[in-house]
Amino acid sequence: MLATAVIVLREVLEAALVVSIVLAATRGVSGRGLWIGYGVAAGTLGAVIVAAFADVLAAAASGLGQEIFNATVLFAAVAMLGWHNVWMSRHGREMAANLSAVGAAVRSGAKPLYVLSAVVAMAVLREGSELVLFLYGIASASPGQTIELAVGFATGLSAGLVLAAALYLGLLRVPAKHLFIVTGWLIVLLAAGMAAQASAYLVQADILPSLGETVWDTSRLLPDESILGRLMHTLVGYTARPYGIQIGFYAVTLLVLLVLMRLFASDRRRRSAL
Amino acid sequence: MLKSLFWLNLALISGLLLGTYSYAQELSYSVTISDHRFQPSELSVPAGKKFKLVVKNLDPTAEEFESHDLKREKLIPGRSEATLILGPLKPGTYKFVGEFHERTAKGSLVVK
Repeated sequence: MLATAVIVLREVLEAALVVSIVLAATRGVSGRGLWIGYGVAAGTLGAVIVAAFADVLAAAASGLGQEIFNATVLFAAVAMLGWHNVWMSRHGREMAANLSAVGAAVRSGAKPLYVLSAVVAMAVLREGSELVLFLYGIASASPGQTIELAVGFATGLSAGLVLAAALYLGLLRVPAKHLFIVTGWLIVLLAAGMAAQASAYLVQADILPSLGETVWDTSRLLPDESILGRLMHTLVGYTARPYGIQIGFYAVTLLVLLVLMRLFASDRRRRSAL
Repeated sequence: MLKSLFWLNLALISGLLLGTYSYAQELSYSVTISDHRFQPSELSVPAGKKFKLVVKNLDPTAEEFESHDLKREKLIPGRSEATLILGPLKPGTYKFVGEFHERTAKGSLVVK
């Protein structure tokens, strides 16, 4: 039961943290609950579909379909997170001054909520399909232990939700005028971490060179499989033993996003000065 | 600037092609999962070479091939197989487990 709970927690954590960051980033936006709900629902549905066709995916691209699929989903999420942040750097300033203005921007269809909705869907999809297969596996292998399985699942899921809620409530304590700066940084780090992970998948699919098999090894200090390791993996992209190319992708994503955000923000300032 | 970019590209592309080509002639090993156990549970592979490891899952349930030492985490659906491209590895023992049945599904690669 405990083993089930731990595996469920590991799989659920990333998606749950992404949802809390997105919730904080959309504070004051009307209809955000619905959009995020759509994202979770679409992601869950997608996870079940991917799980049902897992054997097809595994066999695709001479046995490397999974890696390529994961990398694609991650890169798509990175692009959407980047798009959101660029949008926010254009419109965020006036929003920070007045939270309700965000609601107005959304009603006029300006804030791209569907982008964040898609990010949530992709986070749920990726981790969810593994979870579906795992649960299906133990349910069909040991039909007598349904209650034990359900308890394990509920325990792991609630632990994940508690951690995510803690992050969200922590973010709500940030004063409104700094909130979007904080969530903006969180999203930049999230995106950089995802890009780094995507590059690792491509190394494993033999598409990209590793540029150094293990640049550092902190697996004794903070192992990837530990809950804190997972937490840091999602929030800042922590990896105990990164490939060289992961560090490259991380740095480039970080840099590109920050430059784009700066560019679009100053573009706006220049225009308003005219 | 443009010229050096061109050469860089050419080098990258030919590197990729060479990599694919040499990989096509590489070694291949396989491990089977049945009753949530790896068969064989110990596999010898040569050091310093790239190789393919095909994991065949004969069980009806999915398994996740996980190895901290090899830096891999790969799902293998029930009654199907997955390919991992590994190496070149340094000599040593690299452990792996089936994450979904960690108590029984244990194995290692002995690199010599």
